[in-house]
Amino acid sequence: MELEQTMNSTADRQFNNLLLSKKALRFQRMSAFVGKTFLLAITSLSSVAVLFIFYFITKDALPFFFNEGLGEFFTSTNWYPSADEPNFGALSIFMGSGLVTLGAIVVAVPLGISAAVCMSDVLPFEVRQVVKPITEVLAAIPSVAYGFFALVVFAPALQNDGNFLLSLSAWIILVPVSFLAVVVLGDVVADRFEEKYYNYIRYGIFVSGGLISLFCLLKTHTFLNSLEITSGTNALNVSIILGIMALPTIISVSEDALQACGRELREGSYALGATRVETIFKTVIPASISGILAAIILGVMRAIGETMVVWMASGNAAQIPKPWYNYLDPVRTLTATIAGDMGEADHVTGSSRYHVLFAMALCLLVFSFCANLFSEWIVHRQQKKLGLAK
Amino acid sequence: MNIIKRGFALYSALILTVSLAFAGNNKLVMDGSTTVGPIAKAFAEYYMQQNKDVNITVSESGSGNGAKSLINKACDIANMSRFMKGKEFKAAADKGIMPVAHVVAMDGLPILVHPSNPVDKLTVDQVRDIYLGKITNWKQLGGPDKKIIKISRDTNSGTYETFNKLVMKKQKIAGDCEYVGSNGAIRQRVQSTSSAIGYAGLGFVDKTVKALSVNDVFPSAKTVASGKYPIARPLYMFTNGYPKLGTHLHGFMTLHLSPRGQEIVESIGFIPVTQY
Repeated sequence: MELEQTMNSTADRQFNNLLLSKKALRFQRMSAFVGKTFLLAITSLSSVAVLFIFYFITKDALPFFFNEGLGEFFTSTNWYPSADEPNFGALSIFMGSGLVTLGAIVVAVPLGISAAVCMSDVLPFEVRQVVKPITEVLAAIPSVAYGFFALVVFAPALQNDGNFLLSLSAWIILVPVSFLAVVVLGDVVADRFEEKYYNYIRYGIFVSGGLISLFCLLKTHTFLNSLEITSGTNALNVSIILGIMALPTIISVSEDALQACGRELREGSYALGATRVETIFKTVIPASISGILAAIILGVMRAIGETMVVWMASGNAAQIPKPWYNYLDPVRTLTATIAGDMGEADHVTGSSRYHVLFAMALCLLVFSFCANLFSEWIVHRQQKKLGLAK
Repeated sequence: MNIIKRGFALYSALILTVSLAFAGNNKLVMDGSTTVGPIAKAFAEYYMQQNKDVNITVSESGSGNGAKSLINKACDIANMSRFMKGKEFKAAADKGIMPVAHVVAMDGLPILVHPSNPVDKLTVDQVRDIYLGKITNWKQLGGPDKKIIKISRDTNSGTYETFNKLVMKKQKIAGDCEYVGSNGAIRQRVQSTSSAIGYAGLGFVDKTVKALSVNDVFPSAKTVASGKYPIARPLYMFTNGYPKLGTHLHGFMTLHLSPRGQEIVESIGFIPVTQY
């Protein structure tokens, strides 16, 4: 009995030691509150910054639309902001931005995603540990260095030996791609026939497909050699350089996404008898598609927002190429126009010429906002499809 | 010990210079054209080196704003790449300001082509037609059968302004003209493009590009200074009345007449008004 009491009291004492005094408790609550508020403020700082950017750009963009209306800005190609009777037709500039971004996507997306898949699922781990940091160095090169390269090295090369370079790269890209396509096609088609015809059909497709693709390659070769490249600072030059600049973002983010879908998924796929190709194309890529899309959108943002390279190497001619898909004509982009036309004299006068640049900035901002929303939507939909959404 | 002493001496010398620079209260404020800006800056740097008690600030906000701030007594010297307009003179006279023009340098724009281009001379009208898009092939000018690639400075620059006024007569340049951000970039594009045409300051002409005769006058310091070369203009600094003799303002405004001032003007690619 007595023993029990002493035990109880020791337990009580221990418990009391654990409890804080009222004062200490209040202090603890206060500091927790202050800490939380501080962290919340820091976290919301970035969203507040975005709101402020939106507010200030819109504030300076709206006067332009009130003064000049919407019609000319979006439909005309006459861009003469500094003339005595100025024209603010920005259609060709929107077109230029669109062309260059599309070109960068065509260069960067297939390259980036295949590199990411190769790193995460094909290359041995040790090689990947070396290759990935090296690709990330590409992101560390300042854009003015890319621009200098584009202007001083790449533009003259395109002008002088452009046809050779283009057909060479066409051969380098198209030969392995068409080879793979023919082999895969032959296997897939031959699989559907009886066994005794299998080999005939397979080799028949190999030979005929090979001949057809060789013919197409030669046609491309002569076509590329007949092109006339008058100016090296054109949409093609910038597209390629922007594509290279967007590569590290795409590779690194999509490789992370591919890695994140885990070993279990791959092992499960192999256990079901899938080959490595089937595992990659039917399991790993669908499972990490949202991350890959996020990577692509980030890369596109990098390309559309890049200024220095396009200002130096796109030629800055405010025209729609003839025909519109002619990448060998110089173009002008939104970012380069904003950077190049930001004249000191116009800050003071507050003219339409000043506000039109903010109107362009607003369009860029709205576009990237929409692209982000779109990517969020895709990711959400994909998660729903895979049953991951809460 | 020695080191400390020397360091102290150096430090006090530094303090002395800094305090001298501010103590004199000899402040000159310059505002105006971005074309004249480099001359003003180079002059200011040199003048402050010679006279430690003067402090000169140079801002570049465009010729119009330079005139405005001279009229509002916000600056001592207005840098202008054009002459004052009648309206500005009237506004100045109403406020008791008497603008006096000083021509500090001449600005000439050679038309540049690739050295391999057989075309040697053009007229101002032909250059204008090229930039208007009326002449599109070198064949039309007696050259090879190649499309002309037009290269211009960006519309913000004083170089563009001069070209726009003296060659284009303020008509609109064709849409397929390429724009670059500096005189050096123009030279770079022209020297690497065999069918290009461009224009840049006289200081940027070297062996890698070919300057053309315009209206049968070859651009050189002499022909620009004498006014024979058609694409040239004087660059001005305006003061309120002629500066009082012996003041720093007077010293500064006569700098361009001295041999050193002319050297500075030449070193940044403009043409001095006097021969030395």
